[in-house]
Amino acid sequence: MANEVIFKNRDLDNLWDIEQYRSRGGYEVLTKILTEKTSPAEIIDGMKTSGLRGRGGAGFPTGLKWSFINRDTPTEKYLVCNSDEGEPGTFKDRDILRYNPHALVEGMLIASYVIDAHRAYNYIRGEFWEPSERFQNAIDQARAAGFVGKNILGSGFDCELNVHLGGGAYVCGEETALLESIEGKKGQPRYKPPFPAHVGLYGCPTVINNTETLASVPTILREGAEKFRDLGVENSGGSKLFSISGHVKNPGVFELPMGTPFSELFELAGGMRDGSKIKAVIPGGSSSPVIPGEIMMDLTMDYDAIAKAGSMLGSGAVIVMDDTTCMVKVLDRMGYFYHEESCGQCTPCREGTGWLYRIVHRLENGQGRPEDIDLLMDVQNRIRGKTICALGDAAAMPVAGMLRYYQDEFQYHIDHKKCMVGTGA
Amino acid sequence: MSALETKNRDELFTPEIRAEIDHEIAKYPESESQSASMAALRIIQDANGGWLTQERMDEVAAYLELPPIAIYEVATFYSMYEHKPVGRNKLCVCTNISCMINNSDQIVEHLNNKLGIKFGEVTEDGRYSLKEVECLGACGGAPMMQVGRKYYENLTPEKLDSILDELE
Repeated sequence: MANEVIFKNRDLDNLWDIEQYRSRGGYEVLTKILTEKTSPAEIIDGMKTSGLRGRGGAGFPTGLKWSFINRDTPTEKYLVCNSDEGEPGTFKDRDILRYNPHALVEGMLIASYVIDAHRAYNYIRGEFWEPSERFQNAIDQARAAGFVGKNILGSGFDCELNVHLGGGAYVCGEETALLESIEGKKGQPRYKPPFPAHVGLYGCPTVINNTETLASVPTILREGAEKFRDLGVENSGGSKLFSISGHVKNPGVFELPMGTPFSELFELAGGMRDGSKIKAVIPGGSSSPVIPGEIMMDLTMDYDAIAKAGSMLGSGAVIVMDDTTCMVKVLDRMGYFYHEESCGQCTPCREGTGWLYRIVHRLENGQGRPEDIDLLMDVQNRIRGKTICALGDAAAMPVAGMLRYYQDEFQYHIDHKKCMVGTGA
Repeated sequence: MSALETKNRDELFTPEIRAEIDHEIAKYPESESQSASMAALRIIQDANGGWLTQERMDEVAAYLELPPIAIYEVATFYSMYEHKPVGRNKLCVCTNISCMINNSDQIVEHLNNKLGIKFGEVTEDGRYSLKEVECLGACGGAPMMQVGRKYYENLTPEKLDSILDELE
């Protein structure tokens, strides 16, 4: 049941070429919608039925998000695709841009039609230069075929698609920071409310969806919302791209139905590298709390199962670590990342991420103090829920996760001024 | 504006560069040309040997009819803009978790030893500079680095040697 949606036609050599994409029904559903003038409400109902939830990490139901836009407001509306893939461990959207860019173009056009947007932007992280060229080429081909621009297929519907390249800032993956960035400003998140559906890009109603979310839309509408929904499990419809990296033999991106046992994904990735034993798994990008390997082996990959285990499915980015991995060192690196990437707007995050990093860093370097574990818990608690955007929570949550399962390693660093891994302790 | 500054600006803002920036401006609604600030800075940085000076930023501001502070804010917020000279080949090495647990330390050490520079430094001949970067979204190919517009994945010290030889 793998590769049912995004990677469905991956067997084609040049799926990024419009002729190849069209040879398997590409742009058919867009054509049908525009020529039959399908009502936007009907498409939204289909998306709701499909159970598709935002694949960027937050998991917000896509159909519901689209329904928040009031098409009758006289102002412009905008559709924005978030290809600012930057959550450590995540590398699925890059593959969509590289291998199936037309699914994204078609998905963006359908979403634009639904919310009556005449301009849509794909915000692609600046480092993804080569994938962005492939995506731009897909736009150009789609325009030449009459799917982009004025009066698409004679329907009277106009839509321009453009790429906006980022400049290297993790926080721009946060949707309102991303909007600031498209407006040509530094990427500092906005207060919500007002939500982007009311006040978004240039102050106009805006929908922001993840790359994988939008690229799923054509297949869902072409093959049926129920079919997509039934691939997955309750509350987690459809299939999902999982990026698996770390100490597995064959890291990569795998498309599997939601609710697939982790053990199956693990097996697809070839299991552990020769001779090593699984220790821990970060199940949904670096912001999601770590789960010990033996617990992970009994979990399924869907929103509810991972949440019940105290973590998050997030972007579906799975980092597998073997028993040579020092959890203090891992948290040290994560702490540095969040401190580096905090936009500096909210005091608890700007200062708190610095505290977290400095404390874990001294622990890692054998300079830990007896009070440091309590201090870490205290600091992460002072960040959580007290910032404008989720970056603060994202920095705090892994700390509590690490201390939940691996406090002994942190204590060992304090007591012995060195690492516990490999000592047999 | 002095005659010298005008000359410098005209030298850099060639018709090709102007056309490239104007193409970016055209992506956005009229009156929203500030949206092109990131692209304009990128284009000017590339034309200026890979880094920005205050003069260059001021020129971008003037071209987009923005107050200079609006451009300084953008140029200092995003990590891809440089404010010091860089090598002809800027080696951006990821050291985030997936790369770290796949021995990015060894990659960094090899580069340090081979090139005689640390993060933030440029080789004397200006051929290479080193930069530590955060996750570049290619964790399946860890350890990895970016040079220019290209990603290099599954790095080993041996592979690095041949990559370095190919970079002029």
